[in-house]
Amino acid sequence: MDVLETTFSRNGLVVAFAVVGLTVWFSYWLSAKLTAGRIHGSAIAITLGLVAAYIGGLMTGGNTGVADITFLAGVGVMGGGMFRDFAIVATAFGVHLSELKKAGLAGVISIFAGVIVSFVVGGLVAVLFGYTDPVAITTIGAGAVTYIVGPVTGAAIGASSELIAMSVAAGLVKSILVMIGTPMVARYIGLNNPQSAMVFGGLMGTTSGVAGGLAATDPRLVPYGAMTATFYTGVGCLLGPSVLFLTVNAIF
Amino acid sequence: MIIYGVAMLSVCLVAGMLVGEYLGVLIGVEANVGGVGIAMLLLVLACNMERFKPMVDGVSGDGIKFWSAMYIPIVVAMAARQNVVAAVDGGLLALVAGIAAVVVSFALVPVLSRIGAAPEPIQSQDGGAE
Repeated sequence: MDVLETTFSRNGLVVAFAVVGLTVWFSYWLSAKLTAGRIHGSAIAITLGLVAAYIGGLMTGGNTGVADITFLAGVGVMGGGMFRDFAIVATAFGVHLSELKKAGLAGVISIFAGVIVSFVVGGLVAVLFGYTDPVAITTIGAGAVTYIVGPVTGAAIGASSELIAMSVAAGLVKSILVMIGTPMVARYIGLNNPQSAMVFGGLMGTTSGVAGGLAATDPRLVPYGAMTATFYTGVGCLLGPSVLFLTVNAIF
Repeated sequence: MIIYGVAMLSVCLVAGMLVGEYLGVLIGVEANVGGVGIAMLLLVLACNMERFKPMVDGVSGDGIKFWSAMYIPIVVAMAARQNVVAAVDGGLLALVAGIAAVVVSFALVPVLSRIGAAPEPIQSQDGGAE
C-alpha cells in the first residue's frame, strides 16, 4: 500500500494524464452507448469531473475536489490555472483576426453588461432574502459576478467572512452551472458562431465555466469565448468595490 | 522542432500574463486583467506574421496544436478540482443568486449578439469535439 501510494504521488501529473484519459474514454463510451451521441462525451466527462470533485471534497474536507486525495493530487496540477491558461491560449492557434474584429464591439459591451447584470441579479436575490445592508448586498451581488470578484469586493468594503463565503458559493454555483448548462441551451441562444461565442464569454465571464461550457458545446468556439471572458474578472474587480458599491450604498 | 512552437506559446502566455498583471496594478485591482486574452491576441498576431512563420508552421505548429488538443482533458481535470462541496453548502441564497445570474446572462446572449455584423455560423456537423 505504501509503495503504491508513493509511486502514485511521486508521478502525480503522469497519473493525472492516465486517470483523465480513462475518464474521457469512459465518457465517450457512455455518450455513444447510452445517449446515442446526443449528449456530448466531453459534457459527460466534465460532469463526471464535477461529481468526482464533490465526492473528493466530502471525503477529504479540502477545497480542491479530488486533488486533495493524495494519489490524485496530480489532477490538481493538470487542472490548475497554469495548464488551463496554457491550453486556452493554444486554442487561439488558427483563429482569424477578422473574426475578432467583427465581434470586437459586441464583445466589449458584453463584458460590461455581463458584470452589471450578474451583479444586479445577485444583489436583487440578496434583497429578496431580506438583506438591507449595502455591504451584504454588494458582496453577494459581486459573488454572482465571479467567485473571485466576490471576495475581492467583500474584502475591500469590509464584509464579514460568512458573507464572503456565501459570495464565493454563489460564484461557484454560477461557474458549475455554466459548465453543465451551456451545451443544453446553446441551440436556443444561437451559440454557434464566433461572434455569439465572444458575447457569451463576455456575459458569463467565469473563465472555468466558459472554458468547460464551450468545450462541451463546440471546441471551435472556445478561443472566442475565452478571449472576452478573461477580461471579465478584471472589470468586475474594478467596478465591484467602486461604482457598484457606491450605487448600492446610495439606494439603501 | 516541436519545442519552437511550445516555446512560442509559452512566451505569448507569459508576456500576456505580465501585461495583465501590470494592467491590474495600474488600475488598482487585485486581479489579472485580461492576461490570457492578451496572450491569445499575441499568438494570433504572431501566427499571421511572416517573421514567425518557421515557429508556427509544420512540426513547430504541432507543438501548439498538441496543447490546443489537450484543452478538453485539462478542462475535465479542472472540473475535478472545483470546490463543488462549498457550492452545494452555500445555502439557498448562494444557489438562487448563482442560478439567476446564469439564466439572465444566457438570455442576453442572443440580444447582444445582434450588435455589429451579421454572424455566420461555424460549419457545424455534429458540434463535435476532437
